[in-house]
Amino acid sequence: MDLSRLIQRGEYEWELPRKGNMRVPGILYASRALVQAMDEKVYEQVRNVATLPGIVGASYAMPDAHWGYGFPIGGVAAFDPEEGGVVSAGGVGFDISCGVRLLHTGMNIEQVRPLLPDLMDALFNTIPAGVGSVGQIHLTDLRMSEMLRGGAWWAVEQGWGRPEDLDHIEEHGRMAGATPEHVSRHARRRQCDEMGTLGSGNHYLELQEVADLYDSETAKRFGLNPGDVVISIHCGSRGLGHQIGTEFLVEMAKAAKASGIALADRELACAPAKSEVGQRYLGVMRAAINCALANREIITHLARQTFAEMMPEADLTLLYDVSHNTCKEEFHKVDGKQRRLLVHRKGATRAFGAGNEELPPEFRNTGQPVLIGGSMGTASYVLAGLAENEEKSFGSACHGSGRAMSRRQARRLWQGRKLVDDLRDKGIHVRSPSMRGVAEEAPDAYKDVNEVVESAEMAGLARRVARLRPLGVVKG
Amino acid sequence: MSWELFYHEADEGIRGEGKTLAEAFEQAAIALTAVVTEPELVTPRIPVTIEATDDDPEFLFLAFLNAIIFEMAVRRMLFHHVEVTIQDAHLSGVAHGEPVDIGRHQPAVEVKGATATELFVGKTGTHWRAQCVVDV
Repeated sequence: MDLSRLIQRGEYEWELPRKGNMRVPGILYASRALVQAMDEKVYEQVRNVATLPGIVGASYAMPDAHWGYGFPIGGVAAFDPEEGGVVSAGGVGFDISCGVRLLHTGMNIEQVRPLLPDLMDALFNTIPAGVGSVGQIHLTDLRMSEMLRGGAWWAVEQGWGRPEDLDHIEEHGRMAGATPEHVSRHARRRQCDEMGTLGSGNHYLELQEVADLYDSETAKRFGLNPGDVVISIHCGSRGLGHQIGTEFLVEMAKAAKASGIALADRELACAPAKSEVGQRYLGVMRAAINCALANREIITHLARQTFAEMMPEADLTLLYDVSHNTCKEEFHKVDGKQRRLLVHRKGATRAFGAGNEELPPEFRNTGQPVLIGGSMGTASYVLAGLAENEEKSFGSACHGSGRAMSRRQARRLWQGRKLVDDLRDKGIHVRSPSMRGVAEEAPDAYKDVNEVVESAEMAGLARRVARLRPLGVVKG
Repeated sequence: MSWELFYHEADEGIRGEGKTLAEAFEQAAIALTAVVTEPELVTPRIPVTIEATDDDPEFLFLAFLNAIIFEMAVRRMLFHHVEVTIQDAHLSGVAHGEPVDIGRHQPAVEVKGATATELFVGKTGTHWRAQCVVDV
């Protein structure tokens, strides 16, 4: 990205000045090197989001921002429904409520290492992953509606989860305001055999070792100690979310035109939040959030079953579950006034700080855990939300590292089998049904997550707590 | 007639070109399969009907791709090619393919949906072109 069009507001803060039909400025939070490496399309997309009706504050880009569709991935924007604000399917994306959860195992690296290859085999055999995979649960229409209303609560009621997990999930495991009755037949059909499946692409289940601590006090509160083995699960609302995104991107692109909203890019697909389309989207998008929460709870259950057989002394407890493709109704103070806003986070993680009443009591003094995913061979991070960030980006932070090259470029550079062998030599055991998929997800096809996370901390979006080193990956 | 994948940082661009609009759509459908696997690895042994309707040719293209993506997802199939007929706002087609065979196809990624990013349907010189980015 050409820096000459930006005003530097701080070492890690860059303003894209308001001009033309922009209603607010753009703000990018990242180091100079990361901003320079961003695609020019990110500039265009941050600018385009700033033109949407009812936007409040600024159009924000997180340190991992990259070219998305409509909104940048790593984009955050809040809209005020009382001022004609919109809700945007393009601002949430296809994989609604894609997110990450982190589980403690109660085991350390020395206990797990001898069993690691067998454990990864067992997890791979238990948790459906990859193109065409199906789960063991088939949902009828009635049960589908119950799941879409109940989220992780529904999974727990079915025996696929623990009640104590629920408070450690955003929205306490169940997104209010879901309207399953508006979820289409096509979306239901795409989902009926996909509960408890990981999906493909950059989705995974990963065993990790707590490698470094940056904030010992918070790490202690989060129950993270050096050498601990933890599990990250990264996936979303599967076919149901994909189908809802598909349907509303088209419907909202047409609705925007009908509402007289001139879109700078059709992919900004949006509708006034108070319109019939806007309200209907919010209801089904919330149902998709519940689908994602139920899905990650079921995968957790499968992981617990596997550990119970392979390593009965382990106890898998949930640290936290965060979503990074959402639109949520939140209250934020803007210019001294409390306002109800629709906060879109597309490839961005909620990062509420200490004192936020949305958080469970154990995180009220630390800020919420913010879980940043890696890419097979690279580190993942646990961060903690910062109260002061609620004025910076409505309490949001990055979500991962973002791709540094296309899938095709990655296929030309790496062979899946060799990557698996090389990673095994480094002590990382990869299990995947597709070697082509592994090549496309090569660790070096992603940007440097360390730099992204450092920028997030230096920009004051969240503070680093722990770095996690991969031990084994089930890749879709 | 030709198809290709074009660059997008996070997802994949697909492009089809042909002497007619229908041919361009058919070629783009092969590119769609190429996002997941090598199209020549797929055997065209099961026909599946594809229907789409829209007054706008670009939205018709999205509806066409999304209809294929839906069939890929619910039938757990991959398609070798699609025969397309377009009459005014309506498209009817037959996709030929087979169920996913993990070992043989080595499918890399699911396609979630077709986006309006880089969406273009129209004539370039003597040929028709249909393209967009698909989310994976």
